[in-house]
Amino acid sequence: MSEWWTYRPEDFLLFSPRVYWRLFEAHNAALWPLHVVTLTAGLAIILLLAGRPKISMRWIAPVLAILWIFVGWSFLWNRYSTINWAAVYIAPAFFVEGVLLLVAFLYDALAFEKRRAADWIGYLILGFALAGQPLLAPLQGRGWASSEVFGIAPDPTVMATLGVLLITRGKFLPWLLLVPVLWCLLSGMTLQTMGEPQAWALHGVLALAAAGIWTIIRQHGTPPT
Amino acid sequence: MRTTRRTFLQATLATAAAAHLPSALHAQQGQPIRRTIPSTREELPAVGLGTWITFNVGEDAALRDECAAVIAAFFEAGGRMIDSSPMYGSSQPVVGYGLQKIGRPAALFSAEKVWTSSASAGPAQIEQSRRFWGVPKFDLLQVHNLLTWKPHLQTLFQMKATGAVRYVGITTSEGRRHDLLEQIMRSEPIDFVQFSYNVVDREAEARLLPLAAERGIAVIVNRPFRQGALTERLKREKLPEWATETGASSWAQLLLKFILAHPAVTVTIPATTRADHVRENLAAATGPLPDTAMRQRISAHVKAL
Repeated sequence: MSEWWTYRPEDFLLFSPRVYWRLFEAHNAALWPLHVVTLTAGLAIILLLAGRPKISMRWIAPVLAILWIFVGWSFLWNRYSTINWAAVYIAPAFFVEGVLLLVAFLYDALAFEKRRAADWIGYLILGFALAGQPLLAPLQGRGWASSEVFGIAPDPTVMATLGVLLITRGKFLPWLLLVPVLWCLLSGMTLQTMGEPQAWALHGVLALAAAGIWTIIRQHGTPPT
Repeated sequence: MRTTRRTFLQATLATAAAAHLPSALHAQQGQPIRRTIPSTREELPAVGLGTWITFNVGEDAALRDECAAVIAAFFEAGGRMIDSSPMYGSSQPVVGYGLQKIGRPAALFSAEKVWTSSASAGPAQIEQSRRFWGVPKFDLLQVHNLLTWKPHLQTLFQMKATGAVRYVGITTSEGRRHDLLEQIMRSEPIDFVQFSYNVVDREAEARLLPLAAERGIAVIVNRPFRQGALTERLKREKLPEWATETGASSWAQLLLKFILAHPAVTVTIPATTRADHVRENLAAATGPLPDTAMRQRISAHVKAL
């Protein structure tokens, strides 16, 4: 691209906010009542994290892996790509994150046993992803139809994963954090360019995650593992 | 040939005379004024239809029908040129859907672009675009944003020589790479050039518009409302009383009349999602156009707001 410095974020915005939110309406209508299943999975993850039964904890990673691959395929590849050609290049990143989570599961590479001071940040992000994010659509006057639900839409799925990763330990962690952080940056920038106030949800989650990671680094002297 | 004030004025007056003679005739009939494509003397209504963002509605059936209604209103109001690009997401298939739905009007002047960094991928992309539109061939093909412009222009000139396209052009937007655009306008036998020009972005007046008149290149003006930012900003302001002298009944019409009053402009391509707005846009090309003094007044007034 020539004279790339003359381009602004809005030059890459191919669609209107109206079209974007109607995309979620259509996606929700097509997948309902799968939302009940994905939200139940999300609640199960919270309960597992709170109780920390050693054997069942392993299953958090494959549940998230399936949801990442599903959201990447159903939303980014099949739906978002109809209005944003760049989505076909982003969808594989969701597939990669899903595979990384599966690898972490197979190698039993994520540990949840020890509690850390920064865990509350992870719980806060996870709680917001499951219970707060779906409320943003009705709170902004768009109604429930375009709500973004964990396991169905990318933002709450990514946020919840970020929350879980801040509570876990393991050598895969830096790799697992990469795609969620990049997605939060990209989605936040897209919403900001669209003039949507809920961009601040993504900015806020990123800031909280950065604070969590910084706390862990300060405590352990190394990046989160 | 070096452009002097005298040569520019001569070219301007010649174009203005050509442009305004038929405009009076069409204004009487309530039809949009027509401008002449210099390379063939073919006439085009001076307001076309852009599709950037507005026609990128994906598979949304309701919004596709809204776009089809916009296209229908556009042709009913006397429009001809629809402009799109492979860069515009689903806009191409949505244009094709709309054209199919209203019975493929014979008046259509199809303006498309080639937009790929790969020179060899150009012909396949153009063919894909043609299928999306559902037209036998495009009237105009342009190199989008000067991307890989040399090989793509050669492809387009070859297509023109074989009758696979009628006109060849090149585009930019938002004031980018005007020096290179000027160089191409001087050196290549293009029929059309497309760039941004509006009441606040007037850089094109200095070199590009006079050069287009001098070289006999038709001008398509994009971003007449700065992608809606101007009309959005101005909707809070009252249209001044004196604006009625131009026949404008809204800010959108005044902004379009400002552009169309420049004699080197052939077509401007506002984009919209509303049928009433497309009628309003085409109506801006009827009735009187502002003279030089009035254009200065419009520009100064908008800048002061």
